[in-house]
Amino acid sequence: MDYILQQSLNALQLGSIYALIALGYTMVYGILTMINFAHGDLFMVGAFFCFIVATFLKLSFIPTLLISMIGVALLGVAIERVAYRPLRQAPRVSAVITALGVGILLESVMLVIFPYPQSVPTLLPNITWTIGGVTISLLQVIIICLSIGLMLLLDFIVRRTMVGMAMRAISWDKVIVPLMGVPLNLIISVTFALGTSLGAAAGVMYSQAFPVIDPYMGVLIGWKAFISAVVGGIGNIRGAMIGGFILGAVEIMVVAFFPSTYRDFVAFTLLLVLLIFRPYGILGQPRPQKV
Amino acid sequence: MTNQSATPHTWRDRISAGWEAIVSRRWLLTVLLVIGFALSFLIPRFGLINPYVQLVMMYVGINIILATSLNLVNGFMGEFSVGHAGFMAVGAYVSALLSMRVIPANLAAWLFPLSILAGGAAAALIGLIVAVPSFRTRGDYLAIVTLAFNMIVKSVIENIDAIGGPRGIPGIPKLTTMPWVFGCMVLAVWMMRNLVYSNFGRGVLSIREDEIASDLMSVNTRQVKLIGFMVSSFFAGVAGALFAHLLQFISPRVFDILKSTDILIMVYLGGIGSIAGSILGATIFTILLEVLRPLGYFRFVLMPLLLIFLMLYRPRGIMGLREFRWFIPGYELFASKVWREKREVSDAPAS
Repeated sequence: MDYILQQSLNALQLGSIYALIALGYTMVYGILTMINFAHGDLFMVGAFFCFIVATFLKLSFIPTLLISMIGVALLGVAIERVAYRPLRQAPRVSAVITALGVGILLESVMLVIFPYPQSVPTLLPNITWTIGGVTISLLQVIIICLSIGLMLLLDFIVRRTMVGMAMRAISWDKVIVPLMGVPLNLIISVTFALGTSLGAAAGVMYSQAFPVIDPYMGVLIGWKAFISAVVGGIGNIRGAMIGGFILGAVEIMVVAFFPSTYRDFVAFTLLLVLLIFRPYGILGQPRPQKV
Repeated sequence: MTNQSATPHTWRDRISAGWEAIVSRRWLLTVLLVIGFALSFLIPRFGLINPYVQLVMMYVGINIILATSLNLVNGFMGEFSVGHAGFMAVGAYVSALLSMRVIPANLAAWLFPLSILAGGAAAALIGLIVAVPSFRTRGDYLAIVTLAFNMIVKSVIENIDAIGGPRGIPGIPKLTTMPWVFGCMVLAVWMMRNLVYSNFGRGVLSIREDEIASDLMSVNTRQVKLIGFMVSSFFAGVAGALFAHLLQFISPRVFDILKSTDILIMVYLGGIGSIAGSILGATIFTILLEVLRPLGYFRFVLMPLLLIFLMLYRPRGIMGLREFRWFIPGYELFASKVWREKREVSDAPAS
């Protein structure tokens, strides 16, 4: 029982990181119907920002988190401005390929700057509590609480504020809504800033939990987060959160009861089966096709 | 502006006239193929080119097979498959195991085509499994299915200890030679071209333009998708078999998502829906990566930059839905010529 509880806690930790990254995918998809394949690499850049700030400026956890979120948000907005905006009218797939290119570019630039894996200094005191046989560390508490807090904040922004209303309106219709006075480019930039800063937060927390980082760390995690966004129903913000937690739970449970090398295999097979029975994800709505 | 350009026979005119003369003589293709085939025997035999360049040429050939086969699904059928390296892995492992463990060593060189075919066939069978979800979903969801497929293949191989697990298979006999690569490449391109311009190929194109409408026009979309995926994965398997016997070492790490991304880049660099584009894209990508090798890590910065700028200024890739004239069947060229003339006649003002 204790073992299961302990593993559930780990699942919650991994799932909240996946969910944070998945939110970035799903927000950009919801507003531009475009898969931002560079998002996993922005997560990696977030982890490297954490490494740089913690190593060279020696700041504590909160300033490091904020600086890396702001820095990656600026980077995300710049990428949208330079690489994606000119392609908004182009065929969808060329924007996707551009995103793939941007992702590889980020990896390569980081590889040039940091050719070897780096180890991130720990920013949080190593405090653990033991409650009835379950060990909880301060880091786990912070990761889970911070992620859920950020998700609630995002949910609030999207559902209760003017900016969120504009975002939802633009994802509904990109022709009429700008005519009503909604600044299209500004709202898209805000969406990118929000989504990428959540990815950076995930990167900082991930680099605290698993302190050795390298430029290719974002590839697999990014794709997995993308899968969780799709499982939840891509374009749906609450779906992305659910999908992230499901993927985290499945992975940790596989590791808990099977040899750990089966992790990817079982996780992806389950997701495939889920997609066969619910092709539009858990919360996604099937869109009627018109001829 | 020089004096020369004022005269009607500028160098530009001359080049385009020369190009026209080359393109309009289709028998040149046969001649070039025969010369190429002869060269592919002669070069390794007499060591005309240094071995490193020979190796790069063979990689170009393998990448052309990969790019054309992916173009069938992504370019002509309009799906978005991102796990092509998975099929390649299946082909590579099946053929490598065949020629190392099943076929006796003294016969391996003679039965090499058998192991290539077996690799292709195994990949085609697996392709069937991926094709089935494509009946219900497409676009991003199909991308997930193929992506997950790639990861599953990699993870399955890592978990079977009998085939080396994560360590891979070292010491595969080096059976891939230049004639084999050239022959397989020509066969792959030729079959793909015939497929695209056949009745079946029209069905493939109609799925890209509009799946529901083509269903209504009595195209059997399920059958077309099934065969399309099978053919595409068959050639990926063939390429994988050649690749395994050229590199002499395969491991699951070789066939991960980064490899799939490379193939995707080749296809979209060359241009979707164009066989000539895939050939061009694979050639440019492979050669550029080798030429830029002295730059070290910076070449990995340069390649994606190139891709981004290409997409910004030519979103459809180099060829982009156009086709080299040699690959278009004669009757189709004739039909489009007649159609153009008729339009000119009807558009002309009645004076």
